[in-house]
Amino acid sequence: MEFISFLNLVFVAPFVDMVSFPIFFAEVVIAGVLTGIMYSLVALGFVLIFKASGVFNFAQGAMVLFAALTLVGLMELGVPVLAALLGAVAVMTVLAFAVERFMLRHLINQDDIILFMATIGLTFLIQGFGEMVWGSNVKALDIGIPSESFEVGGILLNEFDLFAAGSGAVLVAVLAVFFHYTRIGRALRAVADDHQAAMAVGIPLKTIWVTVWSVAGFVGLVAGIMWGAKSGVQFSLSLIALKALPVLILGGFTSVPGAIVGGLIIGVGEKIAEIYWGPLVGGAIENWFAYMLALVFLLFRPQGLFGERIIERV
Amino acid sequence: MTVTEVSAETAAQPNAEPEGDGAPTAAPERVFDEVLLEISGVSLSFGGVVALSDVSFDICKGEIRAIIGPNGAGKSSMLNVINGFYHPQQGTITYKGNVRKKMRPHRAAAEGIARTFQNIALFRGMSTLDNIMTGRLLKMRRGLLWQALYWGPARDEEIVHREFAEHIIDFLEIEAIRKTVVGQLPYGLQKRVELGRALAAEPELLLLDEPMAGMNVEEKEDMSRFIIDVNDEFGTTIALIEHDMSIVMDLSDRVVVLDYGRKIADGTPDQVRANPAVIEAYLGVGHG
Amino acid sequence: MLYRETGQFKISYAADQSVFPIAQDRWFIAAALAFAFLVVPWIANEYMLQAVLIPLLIFSMAAIGLNLLVGYAGQLSLGTGGFMAVGAYMTYKLTTAFPDLNIIVAFLLAGLVAAGVGLVFGIPSLRIKGFYLAVATLASQFFLLWLFNKVAWFYNYNSSGTITAPPREMFGVVVTGPTATAEVRYTVALSIVVVFAIIAKNLVRGRIGRSWMAVRDMDIAAEIIGIRPFQTKLMAFAISSFYCGVAGAMLVFLWLGSAETEAFSINESFNVLFMVIIGGLGSILGSFLGAAFIVGLPIFLTNAPQWFGAAMPIDLQKHIEIMLFGSMIIFFLIVEPHGLARLWQITKQKLRLWPFPY
Repeated sequence: MEFISFLNLVFVAPFVDMVSFPIFFAEVVIAGVLTGIMYSLVALGFVLIFKASGVFNFAQGAMVLFAALTLVGLMELGVPVLAALLGAVAVMTVLAFAVERFMLRHLINQDDIILFMATIGLTFLIQGFGEMVWGSNVKALDIGIPSESFEVGGILLNEFDLFAAGSGAVLVAVLAVFFHYTRIGRALRAVADDHQAAMAVGIPLKTIWVTVWSVAGFVGLVAGIMWGAKSGVQFSLSLIALKALPVLILGGFTSVPGAIVGGLIIGVGEKIAEIYWGPLVGGAIENWFAYMLALVFLLFRPQGLFGERIIERV
Repeated sequence: MTVTEVSAETAAQPNAEPEGDGAPTAAPERVFDEVLLEISGVSLSFGGVVALSDVSFDICKGEIRAIIGPNGAGKSSMLNVINGFYHPQQGTITYKGNVRKKMRPHRAAAEGIARTFQNIALFRGMSTLDNIMTGRLLKMRRGLLWQALYWGPARDEEIVHREFAEHIIDFLEIEAIRKTVVGQLPYGLQKRVELGRALAAEPELLLLDEPMAGMNVEEKEDMSRFIIDVNDEFGTTIALIEHDMSIVMDLSDRVVVLDYGRKIADGTPDQVRANPAVIEAYLGVGHG
Repeated sequence: MLYRETGQFKISYAADQSVFPIAQDRWFIAAALAFAFLVVPWIANEYMLQAVLIPLLIFSMAAIGLNLLVGYAGQLSLGTGGFMAVGAYMTYKLTTAFPDLNIIVAFLLAGLVAAGVGLVFGIPSLRIKGFYLAVATLASQFFLLWLFNKVAWFYNYNSSGTITAPPREMFGVVVTGPTATAEVRYTVALSIVVVFAIIAKNLVRGRIGRSWMAVRDMDIAAEIIGIRPFQTKLMAFAISSFYCGVAGAMLVFLWLGSAETEAFSINESFNVLFMVIIGGLGSILGSFLGAAFIVGLPIFLTNAPQWFGAAMPIDLQKHIEIMLFGSMIIFFLIVEPHGLARLWQITKQKLRLWPFPY
């Protein structure tokens, strides 16, 4: 008897809930989509760097935090929004130069694991530096995006969330154009394909790396603004950014569409799991749900949704 | 104990044959009638790219078998099929009388197939001695607990295999670099260490993928001598990919020629040399 | 001139294979061990033992475990804290359920449970090449802490949610719990760490260690000489998890006395990883040096400004510490992936030739 009621709780009741309160369900899904967009933005920066330099950049989360902190810090100093935005972009570009000059350049031909660990070091360096310069308390970020709520067909929506979704979409479109139609985009794809061949035809590897880290920094800034405006700028941003890793397992490490779809799946999945199944086990499963989902996914499709199967050569 | 038998011979070898030039060993009177490995009708493709199509040949016990052909002919793919790294879509491989199922490379290693690589595949962070000792791993049996204690049987085992590894080090004349990390060694020596690692496994079939690529004449002569000695002293069957035709013709008992994934000739060096299809492949189309 | 191997000839392979082939090294290690066991407990004060030496030993244990995985088998784990938690909570469950069970046996059993949990997370992720283990261990980190937080069974349904080391005796001496003296806890920790350091050294210089390093350096070639990469990596991960589990048990039972899941957060995972990198990838000695560095640096940063009569705000000190760790990681990975251990070797090399430079 107890077993039956357990089955009911796990496999029937949550779905009954979803169907009986469709509007609430829709709101849960929308909230998930919006979180998912944030994950996608972080994962996107990651994919850019991985594609162009083969570096598994653990520091992407810290870059999000650093970019947002810089923006807030400048604004607190009385710099107008637009100038502060430009300033933050400039700072991220300088960071990209520094990373290339002091780190990547010296780690060419090292094992992937060494590069990965170096970016963990970078994470701490950026974090410590950012907090030392800008302080470590939570900062409110207000760049003047409206955040009125309104109703469509009984579903509560927020202007800010729509704005976030919209700018995420625009960013992805711009990046797609950048990659496919500009000279530097073509060079980036060439480098991603084969470093040495790209160098042999005269593509300057160093410039490419700086560019791609700058672009990733810019993507980080956008992600940071979105997160920060919603929940304030603080250290926890970089932990949330770790969720980009399961997103990438789902989407495939080298795929831009993968990062986006993966982010949405994780965002929606963990919201639904938390709301409908979380109470059964005491809640707070959002912390690990994404990772476990990715782990299960690995068993069935290790290359990700959009990744390519790799032919190994000897 | 094969270990001690073999080692006694090896230890004596370098001094016993001072002329060591090797060429006469591949004399025509050598007769091979026991088939060790038979490949029949093997086809392999990656997506749309055909690497091998309907290739058949055999390797007899005790012979030196060369696989030659222009770049991209499918030679390395062939070796990868033989040691289980690639799985052909069609065809069968019969090794020691058994038709082989789909298998992973470590199974092939357990059945006595060892190899070296075109691009050196040594364990760069380990010393020469440790690299050669990895060749003995399959022969070492002591479990986790003995290993943890490093005492009694585990230590005795380590010493027995260390002795074998030392004989290989003697044989290849690399005593001086025994404890050097291989990543720091020059190319020619790395190739030699890689051969040592393969020999340490006491293979029945040794696959050598361009063992002399990028070597100067002197290094090539050394390597040729090692290959002949291995074949002579250990009776190891050798399948060899090599581009230097004069070496191939001197060393090998039989040669199979691949071009664009197909077999175009098979026979003794003299037969192959005279084969018009081979001449066409090497001279006609202008590759290779 | 004193440190010289002239005249010491090795006449057997056994002698050549010993851990310290040079006689002076053997004397040095013997003296150091004698000092650590016999002298330190008498001369060190409570603060020295509790704030420096005991944590140093415990983190050395964890660092050795992680180094087996990262430095020898070439796989990255970010979930050390989670496996330490398994060790701590399992020891707690075992020793409260079976009060007569020897506490060391409880540590080892808890370590085995940690190894088992490691297998569960390793199986899906180690079949594939790449950094999947890093993500799987993140999963374990967050999931395990959540589990120990939410499921009251793990902390015996007490209201505070903390686990507390009960008093347990060995040979008539109280080893854990509030009444155990720092000297006793230090000696027990030291004994465990020495034994497991020797075991780790034995593992890495034999068949198992070679297969780990082979997979690390080139997994395709390893497979072609007959090593099964998946099983080899899985074994490294299980053994590594065992070490971390025992270290976690020691953390609660020999050092803190009581703890919540917070003590095993992801920051601990990073800290242990930093010890491994700074100490030296692929070096047992380095694990100790790295642990000493990471345990020691915050203490140094707290005290150093006072020596110069200057005061440093606490949060600034924290930021400097984080930045220093980060930059040292990058520095060591660029300049010397073999870390402090390698610097120690270079010093010894110089010492062998001293005072003649060539």
